[in-house]
This record gives sequence, C-alpha cells and structure tokens, in this order.
Amino acid sequence: MVTTLSKVDVVVVGLGWTGGIIAAECAKAGLKVVGLERGEERGTEDYLKIHDEYRYAVRYELMQNLSKETITIRNNRKMSALPMRQLGSFLLGEGLGGSGTHWNGHTWRFYPYDFQIKTMTDKKYGPNKLSKDYQLQDWGITYEELEPYFYTYEQTIGLSGEDKNPFLKRKDPFPTPPMKRTPILKKFEKATQDLGYSPFMLPSANLSESYKNPDGESINACQYCGFCERFGCEYGAKSSAEITVIPTAIKTGNFETRVRANVVEVIKSGNKVTGVRYINTLSGEEFIQPAEVVVLTSYVMNNAKLLMVSNIGEQYNPDTGRGTLGKNYCYQILPGATGFFDDQMNTFMGAGALGMTIDDFNADNFDHSDLDFIHGGSLSITQTGARPIESNPIQRDTPTWGAEFKKASIHNFTRTLSIGAQGASMPHKENYLALDGKYKDAYGIPLLQMTYNFTEQDRALHVYITEKATEIMKEMGAKTVESRTPITDYDIVNYQTTHNTGGTIMGASPENSVVNSYLQHWDAENLFVVGAGNFAHNGGYNPTGTVGALAYRSAEGIINYSKTGGSLV
Amino acid sequence: MEENKKNISRRDFLKTSGVATGALIGGGLIGGLVGYNINKNDSPTNKIAGTDEHSTQTDQGWQFFRNYREFDIIANATERIYPEDDQGPGAIGLGVPYFIDSQLAGQYGSNSKEYMHGPFEVGAPTQGYQSRLTRAEIFRQGIEMLDAEATKRFDKGFSKIEGAQMDEILTAFQKDEIKMAGVTSTFFFRLLRTATLEGAYSDPMYKGNVNMDGWRMKGFPGHQMAYINEIENEKFQKIEPQSLGGMH
Ligand SMILES: Cc1cc2nc3c(=O)[nH]c(=O)nc-3n(C[C@H](O)[C@H](O)[C@H](O)COP(=O)(O)OP(=O)(O)OC[C@H]3O[C@@H](n4cnc5c(N)ncnc54)[C@H](O)[C@@H]3O)c2cc1C
Ligand code: SF4
Repeated sequence: MVTTLSKVDVVVVGLGWTGGIIAAECAKAGLKVVGLERGEERGTEDYLKIHDEYRYAVRYELMQNLSKETITIRNNRKMSALPMRQLGSFLLGEGLGGSGTHWNGHTWRFYPYDFQIKTMTDKKYGPNKLSKDYQLQDWGITYEELEPYFYTYEQTIGLSGEDKNPFLKRKDPFPTPPMKRTPILKKFEKATQDLGYSPFMLPSANLSESYKNPDGESINACQYCGFCERFGCEYGAKSSAEITVIPTAIKTGNFETRVRANVVEVIKSGNKVTGVRYINTLSGEEFIQPAEVVVLTSYVMNNAKLLMVSNIGEQYNPDTGRGTLGKNYCYQILPGATGFFDDQMNTFMGAGALGMTIDDFNADNFDHSDLDFIHGGSLSITQTGARPIESNPIQRDTPTWGAEFKKASIHNFTRTLSIGAQGASMPHKENYLALDGKYKDAYGIPLLQMTYNFTEQDRALHVYITEKATEIMKEMGAKTVESRTPITDYDIVNYQTTHNTGGTIMGASPENSVVNSYLQHWDAENLFVVGAGNFAHNGGYNPTGTVGALAYRSAEGIINYSKTGGSLV
Repeated sequence: MEENKKNISRRDFLKTSGVATGALIGGGLIGGLVGYNINKNDSPTNKIAGTDEHSTQTDQGWQFFRNYREFDIIANATERIYPEDDQGPGAIGLGVPYFIDSQLAGQYGSNSKEYMHGPFEVGAPTQGYQSRLTRAEIFRQGIEMLDAEATKRFDKGFSKIEGAQMDEILTAFQKDEIKMAGVTSTFFFRLLRTATLEGAYSDPMYKGNVNMDGWRMKGFPGHQMAYINEIENEKFQKIEPQSLGGMH
C-alpha cells in the first residue's frame, strides 16, 4: 500500500550540503519545501564524545550503512562487477548533513580553465592533445558567471583564507582571515618560496574566528582539536549543513525535514516529474510525495541511480558513445611524497583544513606543450591531526609487523610529513556509471554499477606532480623522502578521496549532458539534479566549493522556474 | 591449586607480563602468562605454554573465544605482530586479545554494516572484500589454521612453538601460502594485523590500549579538547594522554 501525501512546492532528496542549500534558498523565497533524508537526524550535541578514532574514523560511524545499499565496481567492462562490501576508497555520507558533517573543509573555486577546458585546451595545444577517448567537454558555464555564487557559498560557510594565490584573482575578500601558520606549515612555506613557487594558506571551512553568516547562523572558532576529518565538530566550528543552511531553512517555517525516508523512485509523467516515492526505513511503509519541483541532492551515486531506475534520460553506452546518463564519471588523482624527519613535531595537533598550498602545477597554470597530459593539481601540506590507528608511517623497506615495525612506526609517528596533490581527473569513454544487472539494495532496487580505472593521462599527471612534491619535501629538510609509487589500477580498498564526480553532467546541450547550467534536467523541466555529478571532469581541487556555487545558482533557477516554468536556458 | 594464585591488579599483571616476555621470547607467551604462577619466586620459565592452569584473576571473560586454545593463539599471534619491547607493552600487555574478543562478538564480527548479500565471487584484489564469511567466521577459521599449520610443521600447537616458528607461520599466512576456505590467508593475516593495531591504539573503553600505554609510547595524547594554545609552538609537546572515559 502506498500513501500519497499532499503536494508541496519542492521536494529535496538528501540533506547534505546540496540539499541544505536548495532547501534554505527555496524556503527563504517562500516555497514550501520537504527534505527527505534516508539517515538519522543529528547535530552538534551528538559530537560531544566524538574523539574516538576507532568508532568514527575506522568503523565509519557517521557514514553510509552498506548493508542497506552499496554500489558494484569493476575496473573494466571485461570484469564482472562486484559489490563494494565495505567502505574504503571513498566514504559515502548518510544522515542529516551528509558527508558535510565529517568533511575536512578544504573549500576551493575551480579555475576558469576548468569550465571551458575543451575550448581552452584545443586553442592552446591543438585538438589532439589527448586522444578522442578522453571525452573532454566544456561545462556550459563560465567562471565569470559562477563567480557570485562562489562568493555566496563562501559567505554562508565563513571561509577562512588569504587572497594570495597568484593564479586566481578574486573580486571578493575572504569572509574570515586564514588559520594559524603552524611550524609545520612554515616549513612548507619556506621551501616552496625558496624553490620559486607561491604558497598560500589553504581556504578552510574550519573557521579562524567566530563568524555570523548572512543568514544569521553562527559558526564558532576552530579549536584545532585534531579530530576533524571523519568526525563531526563538537564546537560547531566546522561549517556544515546542519549548523548553517538547514537551521536557516527551518527558521523560515517553510521547511520540513523527514529523516529515515529512503527515496526509491522519481515519478515521471510526460515531460515532467510529479514527485518521488520513498520508504520509511523503520516501518517499511511506502509514500508518494508529490511536488511541483523535484530536486535530487543525494550525492553523485544516488543522483545517477535514481535517474536510472526511474528511466529518466538515456543511459550512456561506451560502445556507441550514445546517451549521457552515467557518462564522464571521474575521480581524483593523488600524487605526493612523504618525508621522514629527525625531529619530533606536533603532528597530532591539527584541523581538517589546516594547510598550505601551491597552485603552480594546477590547471593550466604551467605549460603543458611538452607534457603528455593536461591539467594538474593543487599541491598542499596539511596538518589534519595524525591519529595512531590509521597513521603508522614506515619506510618501504621496513617490515609491516613485528619488532622493527613497532619501533619504526612509533618513531615516525611524530616525525613524518606528507605533501599531497588533489590531482585532476579527465573523463574517459570507458569510465562510467550504469545500473547493475545482478545485485540489489535492501529495497529490491538494482545497485549502481561503477566501471572505472585510471588512464594514461592520470598516470602521467601522477608521475609529474609526484616529482614536484618530492622536490619540495627534500627542500623541507626531510632526512628520507619517499615518492608515492606510480599508479596502476584503481582499487576500492584504500581510502583515496570522497571526490567522485560525473554521471549526471551539466552542459550546453542535451546532446552531451544530462542537465543545463541551472542543473535542470533536459528531459524534465521541473527536475533538478545537484552535486559533483554535474562536473564534466574533476579539477585539481576538492569539489565542494564548486558544488556549493552550482547549488546556489541552481536554487536561483528553481525559484525562477517556480514563477515562470519552462526551460531556464 | 587455587590458593597459589594471588590477587593481582591489572598493573601488576602488566608488569608481570613484562618479566615474562623478557624471559620467554617465543614461548607460548599467553599460555605461559595465564598459567603463570604469580608467586614471584617462581621462575617464569617454569610455567610456560602447555599448562592448563589459568589465572581467573586476570581473565576478563570472553564474548567470542570459547577456550584458552583459541584465546592463546590470538594472544600469541598479536604479540608477534606488536611485541613488547623496551618502549613498552606489546599486544598482550595492551589487552589486544580482549579487544579482539569483544569486537568479534559485535558489529565488527558480524559485518552488520556491510553488504553481505550474494552471489559471492572471488573478484580481483581491486574489488576488495568479497568473502561470504563474516570476520568472526574468518577469525575462527584462521585460529584453527594457525594451530593446524603449527602442528603440521612443528608437531606442536601454535601456542607451544618458538617465536621464530610463529613468525614463520604468520609469514606463510601473509604470503598466501596457506589455503583457507572462503577467504585467502593473506586476507586473514591483514585482518589480524589491523585488528592488533586497532586494539593497541583505540580508546581504552574498547579494552585494548590498557592504561593508554599504546598512546603513551606513540606520543599521542588521546582525547584532548583543543590544541589552539599549543599548535604554534615550535617545540614538540609531550602531553599526558586522556581517554574519553576520563572526560569531565
Ligand atoms: C572524510 C571526507 C572528507 C572530505 N573533505 C572534503 C574537503 O575537505 N573539501 C571538499 O571540498 N570536499 C570534501 N569531502 C567531500 C564533501 O564532503 C562532499 O563533496 C559534499 O559533502 C557532498 O555534498 P552533497 O550534498 O552532494 O552529498 P552528501 O553530503 O553525500 O549528501 C547526500 C545525502 O543524501 C542522502 N541520500 C542518498 N540517497 C538517498 C535516498 N535514496 N533517499 C534519501 N536520502 C538519500 C544521504 O544519506 C546524504 O545525507 C570530503 C568527504 C569525506 C567523506
Ligand atoms: S579541528 Fe576545528 S573544526 Fe575540526 S572538529 Fe576540531 S574544532 Fe572543529
């Protein structure tokens, strides 16, 4: 039996950053919004006893319960796709706040080059810089168009930073000053300056000082507690949806959160959608929530999956190149180097987004004429707070257990630093998302299937940027430096990043994209799909700054659509 | 017999274990320990592996293990992975076997937050865990196989062989030279190694990291409210660790 509820203006599926932004903006504009979230309600009071590495960082307390739903994975089409049975490579969010509850808070603006990557690469390096298998395309929007929305997101979160990146001119000041320049960061600063690069403080959503955002929400000053990445903040000092946009939405009186509501279908009729069907995860009861506008904000994976199971749009086919849904799935390439030092350092102190960066090897900030790859990555040192279960640094020739291991891993715990890049990831025709034919979730719906492997472009980028990281680490005075080994096949076991992108990409034409630049679906004008799934490739940064900007612009589109209807482009 | 076993505190037990380890590199340590007659005048080497005397004073009870044979095998194996040394206690002294015991009895052991539906296929290493077995089942089988392998190679159970012999067997597991059902021995070894480190370094409320000695050795202060006042200091800060249970 399905219960049909009364219609609302907007239903939002998933309550992380994207769902929270859409809900807040629409509710502020007077629209009646319901937010459906499969996970639990949660907030700062739930984080008071959270300095527990085992429960939160190792056993993934705040993240997706895979016994209910996961994805399947294979490296190429010849392999059979098998379920990701445990979390590893990326940590999917679940519960109010989504992944934004336990993110680090590195918050970036993608470069102008990113949004017009095809045009600008072709113009500078000719049309054959990468082979045709790399499905590069422009995003259907420019940096200039997106710039005001970047700033809106930065103001909402109170971003702490300094305007010293020589490669990106900002019109607007950072809402709060940068975080503390610790001795560890200063080592990096000096070394990179001596090498002729331009270091600057990493823009951080762990705030340097307390701040009130334009919606009136207060965010406190970061206490550098060292339990940040994978944890919620007990101080309310890490900007996240549950302390900013969600309370903003609630205050309007126009927003209702409905947790333990797992959406299983978007209902389509003709060239519009009419609402969503969801299951109460406790009672098993089914409901239909009709709405004038449906917004998918359930992250890369489920945004794609919900479109696929609801038969909205054409599935991408790697044989023919036809179809757009599932296309251009990308990830993040992680070059880097580790340095082993003589002196002990306070490596266990830190904050999720405490770091310093150079962008000399990001985007097209350096010449690629003689290189066999495009783009690059931001190179950073971060001091996020080393913790003892996950951090047992040893050199490659040290045994991984026994007396020598114990001695070395203890010795190195406070004597090891790493420099890492968020390397860009270019789309390839063989990397895509689809529905799995075999495995199902707890609601009997097929799992999403990921076909993904690293490419030649990725490997070349990795080697090149790793050399730069190694050079810097040597300059920082490490006694021994180990470069990250060249990448081979993608594996889902070890944590890399939760920077999955693509699958529901944006663009200027329905021929090559799923949504337009307002993230409005080309095939259903009252359906919006919001998240890093919209990225046509992944840039050399963490994604959420750009996701936030796109979400604010989409919210504006939704509000306009509610008045006028029709296509927004 | 019971009267021989004096009451000892947890700290004493640890100290005692230190004596024992120093003296018995490789002998079935926990077998020795739990059967160790606490009378300080006794030479620890008198009572090593193989005894079925067990001091209930130091026992915390088991949620998962069924007998001393299982418990001792895990204790000895984890101690080889993370041995006591001049820096401080090893896995046994840190309570790692009890940590593993309670973890195997709970959500970790039953993989209850993981996707455990079939069909099960072997899969490529890049596809991660594909076993039909839960961690509890893998551990139970792994323990049996450790013992069987010791018996095969050395004619004695795992807890009764020398340390170097234990290492040889653990290495064979690590290198996937032992055939296990439904899982590779490499996978079991990795699980065991990881669980050992988890037990050594998690908050003491999980029964490992006894007295926060794992943290102390590593220079990790555990749960601190804030480092805002120390983080700019050039000097390394030695901070007395604090556990969540010790929170005010
Ligand atoms: C450990 C970690 C560190 C990170 N650090 C950074 C960083 O420093 N910088 C950065 O830019 N990014 C970082 N990220 C990534 C960042 O957290 C995400 O990009 C961002 O939070 C995504 O927001 P979202 O709204 O798109 O998705 P999510 O936050 O994942 O929210 C989606 C929500 O939808 C819900 N949902 C899913 N399916 C359904 C369904 N069928 N029905 C109902 N609800 C559903 C989920 O439960 C979830 O709450 C990090 C991620 C992790 C895990
Ligand atoms: S490091 Fe700062 S922002 Fe992160 S959890 Fe601790 S206090 Fe909060």
